[in-house]
Amino acid sequence: MDAFTELIGGFGTALTPTNLLYAFIGVLLGTAIGVLPGIGPAMTVALLLPLTRGLDVTGALIMFAGIYYGGMYGGSTTSILLNTPGESASVVTAIEGNKMAKAGRAAQALATAAIGSFVAGTIATLLLAVLAPTVADLAVEVSPADFFAIMVLAFIAVTSVLGSSRIRGLAALCIGLTIGLVGIDITSGQQRLTFGIGELADGIDVVVVAVGLFAVGEALWTAAHLRRKPIDVIPVGNPRMSRSDFRRSWKPWLRGTAIGFPFGAIPAGGAEIPTFLSYVTEKRLSQHPEEFGKGAIEGVAGPEATNNASAAGGLVPMLTLGIPTTATAAVMLAAIQSYGIEPGPQLFDKEPELVWGLIASLFVGNTVLLLLNLPMAPLWAKLLRIPRPYLYAGILFFSSLGAYAANANTFDLFLLLAIGALGFMMRRYGIPVLPAIIGVILGPYAEKELRRALQLSNGDVGGLFEPISIVVYVIVGLILLWPLVRRFMPRKVVPGVLEEATHEIEEAHSPHGLTDSVSVSGTARARQGFDGAHDSDSSGL
Amino acid sequence: MSSAAPGGTTEQGRSEFGVALFLAALGVLVIVMAVLIPESRIARGPVGPATVPIVVGGLMVVVAGFLALDVLRGGRGEPEGGEDVELTGRSDWRTVLLLAAAFVANAVLIEPLGWPFSGAILFWGAAFALGSRHAVRDAVIALGLSFGTWYLFALGLGVVLPVGILRGIL
Repeated sequence: MDAFTELIGGFGTALTPTNLLYAFIGVLLGTAIGVLPGIGPAMTVALLLPLTRGLDVTGALIMFAGIYYGGMYGGSTTSILLNTPGESASVVTAIEGNKMAKAGRAAQALATAAIGSFVAGTIATLLLAVLAPTVADLAVEVSPADFFAIMVLAFIAVTSVLGSSRIRGLAALCIGLTIGLVGIDITSGQQRLTFGIGELADGIDVVVVAVGLFAVGEALWTAAHLRRKPIDVIPVGNPRMSRSDFRRSWKPWLRGTAIGFPFGAIPAGGAEIPTFLSYVTEKRLSQHPEEFGKGAIEGVAGPEATNNASAAGGLVPMLTLGIPTTATAAVMLAAIQSYGIEPGPQLFDKEPELVWGLIASLFVGNTVLLLLNLPMAPLWAKLLRIPRPYLYAGILFFSSLGAYAANANTFDLFLLLAIGALGFMMRRYGIPVLPAIIGVILGPYAEKELRRALQLSNGDVGGLFEPISIVVYVIVGLILLWPLVRRFMPRKVVPGVLEEATHEIEEAHSPHGLTDSVSVSGTARARQGFDGAHDSDSSGL
Repeated sequence: MSSAAPGGTTEQGRSEFGVALFLAALGVLVIVMAVLIPESRIARGPVGPATVPIVVGGLMVVVAGFLALDVLRGGRGEPEGGEDVELTGRSDWRTVLLLAAAFVANAVLIEPLGWPFSGAILFWGAAFALGSRHAVRDAVIALGLSFGTWYLFALGLGVVLPVGILRGIL
């Protein structure tokens, strides 16, 4: 019950007029930016980071909660109306959502996504409020060696489970770890990889890395391959749902929440596997399986709820362990760190007002999102028509603004361009961006824990292997060896329904000549996700 | 470097070795720089400042090797798709270079000229690079954005962006 008293206190923080205003602005801006084509939730948060510079920590985090949810909802709007998911988590939503939109049911698709996100977000935030303090209490007992092991797990999971090529995921991780190494080593005071450049001594600002890799890299990459044809956007009226739409949606919303939250909460999460699982589940349980592939509302309601629930679940490891599992959480973690606050087990004891204010504002943000997005959907749909030159010029404009405002230093602008070029190269050769960003943010912490662990054991490497960490390393080993293990597994371990659904997603996606490349990568990811799903089953996660 | 390759997937194979080479070179650089770190007097604990960079650099070299092997065996990195991306054609280097030029112009001019003008140059130049030919309309939007953000940051957020030549006027 303690959590509830704290939560009520949190509402006291979140519901002051100023903070309510921040939440409102956050949702509004988050949705407006997130709905723009080519801008996923992580880029939305990175681009809007500078706006919170002038605020105090609590206000900034409350605004972030709004931006976070707004950005995610904006992303699903784009995938429903354009059939082009801005990020991997909304690949599944696009399948049925866009079919519904094409069949003239865009309004219903957007409504079930909005209400589903609200339901899932609310339940999942409640779960977060109940679970997080307990996890934090347990995490206090976790030794540096165990922490290091969990971070290794996060590194391996993010490189192996997501994306289509493990070796390229590892390459991305190495690049990120290297960027994270730049600067003065905290324990020895030595400069590393600074090349005598004074600006590099403090390390490379995470904002510059995130904005460079996501925003500048994306703008340059898109510019090199800009589609010169106009894109057809499906017009949309006010979202509304009939009684039968509701009847068909409420169970998928709840099931989606149940699937999404645990997947988000484990430090190897991400939203791709659970959204895919939700799609398969809904298809199997639906009373109208024949509608799947033609625009079944369950296929939007389930995955969208899952997506939001896993986002809230992802805040559990982020707040209690300081380990982000998605790009968006990684950027938010960087934002929290920029205020000199280190998320981790002690956060709940040291900054209760801040944490509970944040959790309460997640509820507020979620509600504002629903109130705002149902009536404003037609307006958001119009934003999809923004002329592309202005869109990408605007991305570069705001990226530069954000990078400069961070430290008021022109050096950061050149650094931003260099990292943007790196982001371009990574996109060009299929090297995923997420492991790099996780490497930049978690790398220094992993090193710190490693060194603390070895200090405690007086340099004995055996000190790295404690009961919890051994279990974690076994899981890491299983993930790494999965391709080998799978070869020796009997065939029937793979349930037929998953195979069938993968096939169907392939079918559903390929006929659109317009977005061929997207669909191919979407399927590859979905397949990969489906491998990963087995992985976690077998390792008992 | 590696990114100098055309955008089509046909010639990608050879240029992808460039990525492996880049990673290997970066890995070696990280190791060399780590080895060159002078002995520290205030270092505590058994693990010094060089250990982790050597491990990361080593891992990078190994990854580069495996990547080269993967490319040799026909593996190809999959270029990222997107809402406005068309991967059928070659890379449009002219647009990319013009964009980079607009970007650098802002970086160079932001302090002498001030954000209200350098930002506008960046926006206008980028829009031009991307094919917009409404010179006047673009300029109005660009100036509106840069002056608007300057005031928003200075008044609303307390972050003062460079004023440059408009000192005393804004």
